[in-house]
Amino acid sequence: MASLFQRRRGKATQTERVRERRHEGFLRYANFRWAKISGGLCLLIIVSYALIDVTPRPNGGSWYGYTLGTIGAGLILWLTALGYRKRKMTSDHWSLKAWTSAHVYLGLSLIVIGTWHTGFQLGWNVHTLAWVLMMLVILSGLYGVIVYSTLPAALSNNRDEMTQMQMLEAIRAFDRQLHAAAQPLTPQDTAPVLAALDEDPFAGGIMARLSGRYPHCATAAALRALGASRSSDAEAREKVVGLLSQKEVALARLRQHLRIRALLEIWLYVHVPLTFALIAALSAHIISVFFYW
Amino acid sequence: MSEPVKVAIIGSGPAGLSAASRAGQLGLSHILLEKTDHLSDTIFKYQKGKRVLATPERLDLRSDCRFAEGAREYILGNWDEDAVNNKVNVVKHAEVTAVTGQKGAFEIKTAKGDVYHAETIVLAIGTQGNPNRMRCEGADLPHIIYQVDDPEDFKDKHITVVGSGDAGIENALGVAEEALENTVTILNRSKDFARAKAKNVSDMMEAAENGFMSIRTETQPKQVEPGWLTLETPTGDEKIPCDVIVARLGSVAPRGFVESMGIEFTGPDREAFPKLSPTFESTVPGIFVIGALAGYPLIKHCMNQGYDVVEFINGNKNLTPADEKDLAAIFANLPQKKSVSEWLDYLRERVRIFADVSPLQMREFMLDSKVAYYRKGDVVFEKGEPGSSLFAIADGHAEVEVGPGITVPIEQGSIFGEVGLISGRKRGATIRAGADSIFVEVSRTAALKLMAAVPGAKRVINRISLERQLLQIFKGGLTVEDLAPVVDAAEVERVPAGKVVLTEGEQGDDVYVIRSGSMVVEKDIGGKPIFLRYLPAGSFFGEMGVLSGQPRNATVKAAVGAELIKLTGESFRKMLAARPQVREATEAAVAERAQMNNFIESRKATYSSAVDLYSDTASFIMKEGLGEATDALLIDENLCVGCDNCEKACADSHEGLSRLDREAGKTFAHLHVPTSCRHCEHPHCMADCPPNVIHRGPDGEVFMEPGCIGCGNCMRNCPYGVIRMEAAPPPKPGLLRWLLTGFGPGPGEPSPKWTKKQLGDEKPKKIAVKCDMCKGIAGGPACVRACPTGAAIRVSPEEFLSIARLQEDAG
Ligand SMILES: Cc1cc2nc3c(=O)[nH]c(=O)nc-3n(C[C@H](O)[C@H](O)[C@H](O)COP(=O)(O)OP(=O)(O)OC[C@H]3O[C@@H](n4cnc5c(N)ncnc54)[C@H](O)[C@@H]3O)c2cc1C
Ligand code: HEM
Ligand code: SF4
Ligand code: SF4
Ligand code: SF4
Repeated sequence: MASLFQRRRGKATQTERVRERRHEGFLRYANFRWAKISGGLCLLIIVSYALIDVTPRPNGGSWYGYTLGTIGAGLILWLTALGYRKRKMTSDHWSLKAWTSAHVYLGLSLIVIGTWHTGFQLGWNVHTLAWVLMMLVILSGLYGVIVYSTLPAALSNNRDEMTQMQMLEAIRAFDRQLHAAAQPLTPQDTAPVLAALDEDPFAGGIMARLSGRYPHCATAAALRALGASRSSDAEAREKVVGLLSQKEVALARLRQHLRIRALLEIWLYVHVPLTFALIAALSAHIISVFFYW
Repeated sequence: MSEPVKVAIIGSGPAGLSAASRAGQLGLSHILLEKTDHLSDTIFKYQKGKRVLATPERLDLRSDCRFAEGAREYILGNWDEDAVNNKVNVVKHAEVTAVTGQKGAFEIKTAKGDVYHAETIVLAIGTQGNPNRMRCEGADLPHIIYQVDDPEDFKDKHITVVGSGDAGIENALGVAEEALENTVTILNRSKDFARAKAKNVSDMMEAAENGFMSIRTETQPKQVEPGWLTLETPTGDEKIPCDVIVARLGSVAPRGFVESMGIEFTGPDREAFPKLSPTFESTVPGIFVIGALAGYPLIKHCMNQGYDVVEFINGNKNLTPADEKDLAAIFANLPQKKSVSEWLDYLRERVRIFADVSPLQMREFMLDSKVAYYRKGDVVFEKGEPGSSLFAIADGHAEVEVGPGITVPIEQGSIFGEVGLISGRKRGATIRAGADSIFVEVSRTAALKLMAAVPGAKRVINRISLERQLLQIFKGGLTVEDLAPVVDAAEVERVPAGKVVLTEGEQGDDVYVIRSGSMVVEKDIGGKPIFLRYLPAGSFFGEMGVLSGQPRNATVKAAVGAELIKLTGESFRKMLAARPQVREATEAAVAERAQMNNFIESRKATYSSAVDLYSDTASFIMKEGLGEATDALLIDENLCVGCDNCEKACADSHEGLSRLDREAGKTFAHLHVPTSCRHCEHPHCMADCPPNVIHRGPDGEVFMEPGCIGCGNCMRNCPYGVIRMEAAPPPKPGLLRWLLTGFGPGPGEPSPKWTKKQLGDEKPKKIAVKCDMCKGIAGGPACVRACPTGAAIRVSPEEFLSIARLQEDAG
């Protein structure tokens, strides 16, 4: 494992600065360095657990359990620190990619560290609560890794070089044209079009955002209404229908964009609050251990 | 007919006004002729409320008019008062159209037909020139304007913009802002928009698609009437409602007018200036040229020169120039003690490139230069260091390290460092002082000015650089003498981007060296052009033809606009015959290239799709202009989760403003080129920066030092639209406080709303903001460090398109 850590450059020389030139994602970072370390750690724990005979029986209160518990608690605090690291732009040589890589693999190792720390004694108490919360955080993290590695390409394909602002702009442009084109329509036909103009592209609630389904979409409704309508001048109606379907396509793109972005973010709203719940439960667990064991 | 005056000053900008004020103070009979109905038209035309900056700070102001940093209105108001207090004799609406006569008896004619007589003339007309006017019927109506001061002045109007260069498009976009509710039409005489920047054209197209303006191509104005405009279109005439016409038809540079007086310029290039004596006298005795027209674009310089020139005309011989102090500081650290003018003469005598430089120009160049004393053995720069300055040897000699332990001397009077100057690439060798020496380091901008202004200097630099480049490329004991015939027969060729220089299958034996720009090599494999290699400046191609006599085996075309040196096959062959070792070395290089070509061809057979992807990616990268990049930000959209942490990190590492726009920009095969500086080999942004604050730093980064005056030239000149004109937001509460209490705007660039709330009515000055590659930040580019998934990378095109990458991808 000698090559696991490349030697850090003593100082950034004037001529060549440290740059992330290697093009590799956080999972493959440094040739799976953290996966190896974390895997090694787990193996060590499993093997030693089997070899070492702690008396009277393996549990969190033995010296071995204490060791694992300390490592686990320390790790949890360190994993939480990612939220701070991510936002604190200090000027030294750190890379968030390396941090994420370590976070993911060391976070996974907690499954072994935490579980083996319990000595497989689970029950209905604050200790097990901490363990369950930890597993939930890890599960949500696992989901995060899965979306991080599958959704970006879809996000990129869907937006097709457009920015979110441009997508909104495009919709507004159709709205303006619709506004003008709807003037000759009968009041009966105008109503659904006006409703479509009033529609806020961001509305629809969290479920619609995540599923990408908008059953109450006013644009779709207007399209249906005008498709069925026989009033108004046919040519004018046709023009409006054309614009409405163009708007629908633009809306679909924006909604898909928002959907993927939401999927990429939503899990953090589980991961992070659960982290705080975990830290609370963990504190309770540690305090109760020292006071009542 | 009026009384003859001692001095007539033409143009009332800072230079002319200051000159007239001095004349007024001295009681000299004078007249100040101004084209417009107000003083100082260039500054008058700045945007309302613009903060005018007084750089360079270290230079003292020497003028009878006041000037310090302040709002445009305040400065103009001061000057109007100063003109009165200094008893300046000004005539407005006096556009000078012709100057005849000679020293002692000049005759000055104005557009109105007035004639003035003067013994001497001070020409201070700046460089703005005259806008081209509309020529159709009704072209003199008052609702035709030639510039837009503030788009907000127009609301709910029918506006037609004539002319679709950058200025026209920018004005049209300005008034087409949705909130203003104008109906905007832009006219273009031809079909496409060849004269405008791609970014502007795409913004305009987008605005048109969104219904904010209409674009009329192949259309010209035919007749202007109040409220209406008749257009000549390919399908016949058409009359449209029109309340305002904005005509942006380019402008005529004042050079022609100046030359018509008999004043000579230093050369044919655009960068050339009138030839001047140390007292600003032009080649026509009695006519003095000062200010921006003389090559000094900063207001303070202009004002000082106005003062000085009138003192000179008045017979003051002992005036020390205002820059004396600065020049003295430049020479202060040298071991010998000499006066400034003695040093200037010393340099002009001893350095070949300074031989033809006038004393006045010499002062200017030295202000942008450094002179240093080096002890024997001191390193001047090291191989691989970026740097674009030019060194001249005033005393002693330099030693180039061509190989381990092997050095070649460069004699006194000669130069080194010219490779960086010409190609903008890294230093090719380490240079040490060969004896105790004095070297002059001329900044890139000053060196380019020198080459434009002094043809002799240009010849020397070009010849030396070609010789050295060839010596570096073709090793094997070649000497300057061997090269003489090759260099004599060499020609410099400029090629535009995309132009094919060599065509696969054609016969030919000329050899090309890339002086600046870059090339791509392609080969037709299976009916599809496959990208083989990227050739940066300093490499050569075409040598296989000379060696083997075979037809060209690949196509070479320019990735960006490039300069090539063409060596004739015949002279090249003679050189090879004289030096068998050179032939061997060249053959070895050829063999290596052939091997790489074969590699790609063999891959193409087995991993066709990988090679195609590599090739298409390369074409995309070249199309995006990355061929002239030295270091660009790319985003792998297979990994980017859209968290914008890169932008936030950039903002938080740099006084709160992000210098990259992640989402904008083109994408190919999930490789995204965001809007962010590429640190071009020859940065376009540097071309026209009045205070000259854009430089290339030690890591190759193009950055702005403090002193930006906010003129926006760089923003307009950058073809990639990466420069923002923005004011730094006020400091925000710390991160922990935000995390714990939610107080403040959080990480990243604060929203304009938050900034506005903090600032209230205060309007901070907007200056140019662009990526500086995180200069001075030890950890390196923050955008890359802060990307959680590794999507963001910074690369140079050579690295990115290296064959290693293909090997990696193809497994
Ligand atoms: C947008 C912008 C922002 C800038 N900001 C700054 C800044 O903040 N600080 C700074 O130091 N510099 C700044 N500059 C540069 C500076 O404004 C000019 O370089 C400077 O004004 C040049 O002064 P001048 O006296 O040589 O010529 P000008 O100021 O150009 O004055 C020439 C005058 O001559 C008149 N004229 C022209 N032709 C004739 C003729 N044939 N007959 C009679 N009169 C004629 C013109 O009407 C004009 O009034 C800026 C430039 C621009 C474009
Ligand atoms: C108990 C263990 C864990 C704790 C306490 C924890 C805590 C955190 C915290 C506080 C963040 C910062 C979120 C933010 O500020 O945006 C975070 C991010 C993240 N975590 Fe965890 N985590 C744990 C385990 C895991 C595991 C096991 C995985 C993966 C398998 C994982 C994957 C991630 C990912 C991908 C991010 C997002 C990184 C980014 O976008 O910057 N985490 N975690
Ligand atoms: S600002 Fe524009 S022109 Fe200047 S170096 Fe960057 S990309 Fe090139
Ligand atoms: S290198 Fe630094 S300055 Fe440039 S875009 Fe990245 S963070 Fe911003
Ligand atoms: S930091 Fe990385 S993942 Fe986030 S937006 Fe930027 S490039 Fe994409």
